[in-house]
Amino acid sequence: MKKFATFLIAATALFGGVAMAEEGPTPAKGISFSFEGPFGTFDRAQLQRGYKVYKEVCANCHSMKLLSFRNLADKGGPSFTEAQVKSLAATFKVQDGPNTKGEMFERAGLPSDRFPSPYPNAEAATAANGAMPPDLSLITKAREGWHGTFNQLWNGIGGPQYVYSVLTGYETPPADIAKEKPEGKYYNPYFQAGHWISMPPPLSDGQVTFDDGAPNKVDDMAKDVAAFLAWTAEPKMEERKQTGFEVLIYLAILAGLMYFVKKKVWAGVAH
Amino acid sequence: MSGSSKYQPTSPVGKWFHERLPIVAFVKDHAMDFPTPKNLNYWWTFGGILAVMLVVQIITGIVLVMHYTPHVDFAFNSVEQIMRDVNYGWLIRYMHMNGASMFFIAVYIHMFRGMYFGSYKAPREVLWMIGVIIYLVMMATAFMGYVLPWGQMSFWGAKVITNLFSAIPFVGDFVTTWLWGGYSVDNPTLNRFFSLHYLLPFVLAGLVILHIWALHVPGNNNPTGIAVKGPQDTVPFHPYYTMKDGFAIVVFLIFYALFVFYGPNYMGDAVNYVPANPLSTPAHIKPEWYYLPFYAILRSIPDKLFGVIAMFSSILILLALPWLDTSRVRSGNYRPIFKGFFWVFVIVCIALGFIGSKPPEGSYVLWGRILTAYYFIHFIVILPLLGLLETPKPLPASISDDVLAKAKLA
Ligand code: HEC
Ligand code: HEM
Repeated sequence: MKKFATFLIAATALFGGVAMAEEGPTPAKGISFSFEGPFGTFDRAQLQRGYKVYKEVCANCHSMKLLSFRNLADKGGPSFTEAQVKSLAATFKVQDGPNTKGEMFERAGLPSDRFPSPYPNAEAATAANGAMPPDLSLITKAREGWHGTFNQLWNGIGGPQYVYSVLTGYETPPADIAKEKPEGKYYNPYFQAGHWISMPPPLSDGQVTFDDGAPNKVDDMAKDVAAFLAWTAEPKMEERKQTGFEVLIYLAILAGLMYFVKKKVWAGVAH
Repeated sequence: MSGSSKYQPTSPVGKWFHERLPIVAFVKDHAMDFPTPKNLNYWWTFGGILAVMLVVQIITGIVLVMHYTPHVDFAFNSVEQIMRDVNYGWLIRYMHMNGASMFFIAVYIHMFRGMYFGSYKAPREVLWMIGVIIYLVMMATAFMGYVLPWGQMSFWGAKVITNLFSAIPFVGDFVTTWLWGGYSVDNPTLNRFFSLHYLLPFVLAGLVILHIWALHVPGNNNPTGIAVKGPQDTVPFHPYYTMKDGFAIVVFLIFYALFVFYGPNYMGDAVNYVPANPLSTPAHIKPEWYYLPFYAILRSIPDKLFGVIAMFSSILILLALPWLDTSRVRSGNYRPIFKGFFWVFVIVCIALGFIGSKPPEGSYVLWGRILTAYYFIHFIVILPLLGLLETPKPLPASISDDVLAKAKLA
């Protein structure tokens, strides 16, 4: 028994030691969003502000191929009106064609168009930026803010927090690391693929002016755009939680009924 | 079988049909009247749960296929199209994705139940072995399904697993090229995986029928592990177990729904939302959680070929379990020492899963090896010896006796 106890202690020490020694990106900042939890919904005004940040800043480098302009008017999203979407789509130029003469041409965007990409292909995007700016449609689902089986069960996967942390996480590198600064890269301890990121700090205080007069410090804009990108990755989230609630109530009542019928059926039988 | 049936058609049409195809009698005998031990606990409800999950996977899968495109250029986006533009597509997709995990949760409970209560022992060896084959086919099905959305982990998972076959001496490279349908994981690979992923669930359905057939020859085992001695030990399946299983199924569906609606991506890997890119390897390639213990065994052996052999042996050894366990007492309830080793084994399997999720570095490697060794020692040394050395507790005279004794205590 004593031996077994020693074994257990040694085991915990070993596992614990390894777990702590593990290196990786700094866990994302644990800010909270309105859309967390079983009843959380998106904050419409925040999504609209986030869209503005995306359009004025991020869209210069990042594509968002899975979304169409019309999605901005979808239920459970930023809830722009149809008219707003129409005029907002028209501010983009999209390529169409070929026309009857076989030529491609440019025209103003329509609500049914996909968001156009800033670069014609991945090579061009990489060449212009030193690294490929990833498509942002799914970014909050494609990244984790932190790790751990139980941590993620309670706190979620942390994708939106990851985006927020990268946007607000630029720092002056510690002296010993600063020497290794690669050309054209910036120090960001939250970036998942090493601490050096090719994206220059994209936001600066006051850069985007919001129509609702909401604060526009880097921190605010980062939160807004992270929320917007949470919606682009999971546009059916509100419908999902709402349906889930109804399904659970139905199942709970059914389970209750089944339980009592089962009890009644078995009442006469010792088992 | 229709000779002993309680089904007596009364209408002329019923009689006419019964003489030509006694299917109504068959269903009545097997799904309603079938004598079932009256002391089955909730661990016995997972068989029914598994059947429901297979049906859920088949139905959601068929609907997914209506919108899915099996091509390397379109697969990822077609799945996103399902999530975004198909009515309730997100629900179908999340049900299928989490359904696979639920399927494995249920099958693991079902298998450990069999191990604890000795359900693999005579006369149920064939029943158990069909179960092991079902498990293997499930693993193949889920593996190929995971490749279909063509995310980063789909691609690299497929690459790592198919590459294992290159360890086969002499013909290894030939076999992997043949599996891929080319010189790397590419469109032909995706297409054949899609084809097989559609086929195998129906093979599973067939195997499940055999499994139930093999169950209905000796009848159910039960928590005492002793055989049914007469009608006083059993109740008809309906309504007793239709209601009990039905209740358990609904509770399981609640658990399932919690994931589908409130944590649909918890069981998955975020990296799979990045489209497959053959030029960029993800930092940690790891399979879905349900394969992790075997992945740990694979990586614990320093030699690739022997690693692959160990991994497959760790599953195939289950086929020999009925003969490795030498004890004549079935139920762990009457085997005090076995009981302890059983739970150690459960913990070892979970710990192997943990190791499988970690990079093979530092002390994880050592622990992987110790646990792998223990996994095999459990089957090859502990179980055969225990049966010879352990003194079981006295068994009750019959199921009814046991039930009555317990009722008195309560
Ligand atoms: C000047 C071009 C540019 C702008 C503007 C820009 N980015 Fe980036 N972004 C990049 C590049 C380049 C990368 C790739 C960095 C790398 O791989 O080192 C990147 C990477 C990212 C990443 C991914 C980090 C990872 O885990 O791979 C996120 C998230 C991101 N950008 C979000 C944004 C958001 C949100 C905005 C708008 C506020 C924005 N970016 C504006 C160029 C830009
Ligand atoms: C034994 C039953 C089954 C299991 C265990 C299973 C498992 C899986 C898994 C793990 C995935 C990947 C999910 C993801 O990451 O998105 C998947 C995808 C898929 N499966 Fe199945 N499946 C089963 C039955 C079926 C059936 C019967 C069909 C069709 C007839 C089907 C069609 C599909 C399709 C089209 C996809 C790709 C779409 C997607 O990724 O969501 N599956 N399956």
